[in-house]
Amino acid sequence: MFESRSGVFLIAGVGFFSLAFLVNAVVPWMMYRNQPEQTVEETLNRNVLRQMQDLSDRYRESFAKHFGEPPPKPERTEPPEALAEKWGARDRFFRTACADALRLGRSVYVGEGCWHCHSQFVRPVSNESRRWGPVAKSWEYNNELQRPVLFGTRRVGPDLSREGGRRGNDWHAVHFYHPRSTSPESVMPDYPWFFEAVGTSETTDEYGRRRTERGPIAPNKRGFAIIAYMQWLGSQLDDYGHYDSVEAMPIQENRR
Amino acid sequence: MATVEHAAPLPGGRLVIERLVYWYLLAALGYMAVSLLGGLLMALQLINHNPLSGIEFFSPARWRMIHTNAIAYGFIANSFLGMLHWAVPRLTMRPVLSVRLSYFIFAAWQVVVLGTAGGIVAGYAQGVEWGETPVWIDPLAQVGLLLVMINFLSPILKTKGPMYVSLWYFMAALPWTFLTYGMGNFLPQYALSGVGSGALTGLFIHDLVGLFVTPLGWGLMYYFVPILLKRPMWSHGLSLVGFWGLAFFYPLTGIHHFLYTPIPMFLQYGAIISTIAVEFVVTTVIINFIGTVWGTSGEVLRSVPLRWFYTGMVLYFVTCLQCAFQATLTFQQLIHFTDWVVAHAHLVMLGVFGFWILGIMTYLFPRLLGVEWYSERLCEYHYWLSAGGMIVMFLDLTFAGIFQGWSWASLQIWEHSIQLSIPFWVVRLFAGLAIIAGQIVFGWNLYKTWQRSRVGSSAMALAEAN
Repeated sequence: MFESRSGVFLIAGVGFFSLAFLVNAVVPWMMYRNQPEQTVEETLNRNVLRQMQDLSDRYRESFAKHFGEPPPKPERTEPPEALAEKWGARDRFFRTACADALRLGRSVYVGEGCWHCHSQFVRPVSNESRRWGPVAKSWEYNNELQRPVLFGTRRVGPDLSREGGRRGNDWHAVHFYHPRSTSPESVMPDYPWFFEAVGTSETTDEYGRRRTERGPIAPNKRGFAIIAYMQWLGSQLDDYGHYDSVEAMPIQENRR
Repeated sequence: MATVEHAAPLPGGRLVIERLVYWYLLAALGYMAVSLLGGLLMALQLINHNPLSGIEFFSPARWRMIHTNAIAYGFIANSFLGMLHWAVPRLTMRPVLSVRLSYFIFAAWQVVVLGTAGGIVAGYAQGVEWGETPVWIDPLAQVGLLLVMINFLSPILKTKGPMYVSLWYFMAALPWTFLTYGMGNFLPQYALSGVGSGALTGLFIHDLVGLFVTPLGWGLMYYFVPILLKRPMWSHGLSLVGFWGLAFFYPLTGIHHFLYTPIPMFLQYGAIISTIAVEFVVTTVIINFIGTVWGTSGEVLRSVPLRWFYTGMVLYFVTCLQCAFQATLTFQQLIHFTDWVVAHAHLVMLGVFGFWILGIMTYLFPRLLGVEWYSERLCEYHYWLSAGGMIVMFLDLTFAGIFQGWSWASLQIWEHSIQLSIPFWVVRLFAGLAIIAGQIVFGWNLYKTWQRSRVGSSAMALAEAN
C-alpha cells in the first residue's frame, strides 16, 4: 500500500488532500453557513454615505463627471412631501454611487497590492486593540467586499480595518497623491494615477503671453473609489469615530 | 576541450526531449530575472529611493506581486516541469505520454505566466496571496495543470513493479498541484466569503508550498543526490516515513498563517500542532540525506551541485525548525505581520527550492549543451554570492521583524517602526544586490558555455564534412 501506485495516488494524493480540505475549509464553512453574506448595498451606513456626500461637495466637477450630478439639497421652506421626496432621491443617488465606488475601490485595493502592506484585522494581543480599536469579529468579514477576505499578510503601513472616519477625505486625497506630504516618514509609493486635472484655464503671464494652465488636481474615478473604500472600512462598527479623528478642512467655495 | 557524454541511450528509443528541458530552464531563468527586478524595485521603494516613482506600470506594489508570482509560476514551475521531463522518463524507462502535448504545455504555460504578469502590471490581480493570477487566466492554468498531470502520470502508471521514492513524490504532487490550484483560485472568488474564505486561502497558501513545491523539490533531491554521489539513499524506511509524514501533516497546517484572526481557535490549535509534527517528519528526511552523504570524504564540498543541494537542505531544516516555533501563539504575538515572515518566505523559496533548482541547473546545463561549464570559478562565484546574500538577507530581516514587533507592542507611534526598519532595509538591498550579482555571473557563464557549445558543434560538423 505505502509504495504502490494506487496507494500513493489515492491515499496521499487525493485522500490526504481531501482530509485537509474537510478539516480546514469545510468545517469553517459549516460553522459560518448561518451568517449570510451581505451585499455592498447592505453594508452601507450613515457614516460612509456622509463621507460620499463630502466627496461630492469637495470635488464637485470631478465627482459629477464620474458619478453624475447629485440631486440638489432641497430648501427648508419647501412643503414636507417635496422635502421628503427630494431627500429620498438624494439618498438613493448616494447609495448607488457609494456602492459603485466601493466595488471599484476594493478592486483597486487588490489590484494595487495595498493588501500586501496593510492588514485588515485587529488581533487580541500585542496591545493592538489600544492602537487600532476593537478586536476583529467574524461578522465584519461576511460581506461581498471581503470575498476573498483581505486579512493581509504584512504591516509595513498601519492596519486599515478601522480606518473609516479616522481622517478626512482631503487628507486621503493628499496622502494618495504623495504620502510623504502628510506622513513625512512614510515609505508608501505615490499614486498620481488616482488623480486628474479638472479642466483648463486661460491666463496671461507677465509678458502678456496667453497660457493654458491645467486646472486643479482632483481624484479620478479610481481615486474616489479608493477614498470611499478607506472611509467604508470599519464604518459599520458601533464605536466608529471614537478614534483620534483628524478634522477635515472646511470646504472652500472657490475650489472647483 | 572536454565534452560531456549526452544522456545514455536507453531502451525504447528517445526518452528525454532534451531541447524542451533546455527551453524550460531558460524560461525559468528569464522569469527569475524579472522577479529579481521586481524585488529590487520594492527594496528601493522601502528606503524611499525608487527611481520609477509615480509611473503606473512600474508601481512597486504591483511589482511586488510580479516578484512572488514570477518566482512561483515562472521560475519554480518552469524549472520543475523541465526537470520532471528529465527525471521521470529516466526513472520509468518510458517517454511521457506525448511529445506534442509536452510542447503544447510548454507554450500554454508561458501564456499563463506572461498573462499573469501582464494582468498584474495592468492592475487586475486577484485578492488571494500566491494566487494573484487574474481570474480570467485561472481556467487556462487549471487545464494546463490537468494536462501536466496526464502527461506525466502516463509513464508512471505504465511501469511495473515497485516505484522509486522520487516517483511517490511526483505521483502525489501531480494531483495535489491540480487540486490546490483549483481550490485556492476558484472557491474564495466565487463560493466563499469572510472568515471561511480566510481559512481556505490559508490552506491554499500552505498547500502551494507544501503540496506543489515541496514534494517536487524533494522528489528531485531523491533522484539527483544518489546519482551525483553514486550511492543509494541511506535508509529506505526513513524515505517512507518522510513521504507519508509529509503527505499527512503538511496539508493540515494551512490556518497557521492566520492565527489570532476570528477563525475558530480549535482550528488554529490543530494547525499549530500539525506544524510542529511536520518538523519531526522533516528531521527524519534530513537525517536520511545526511546519512547518504556521510563518509564520502567531503564530496559535498568539492561538487558545486551537491553543495547547492546540501546548503538547501540545511536551510530547509532551519526554516522548518523556525516554523515549529513561529507558528506557536507565543511567537505569533511578536512576529506576525513583521519582516520576520518575509525573511522566512525568502529562505524557503530561494534558500531551499531556489538553491536546489540552481544546483540541478549547474548539473544539467553541461549535459544539455554537451560541453563543460565555461568557468568552474564562475560557478563558485554564483554559489557564494547567492548563498552569502541569502543568509545575510535572512538574518537581517529576521532581526528587523523582532524589532518591528517590539515597536508595535510598546505602542510607539507608527513611524517609529518605519524609522527603525530603514537600516535593516538598506542591508537587505545590498544582500539582494549580491544575489542579483550571483545570477548575472551565472547568466554570463551560461552564455559563454552556450557559445562554446556552438563552436564545438560547428567544429564537429567541420570534422564530419572532412
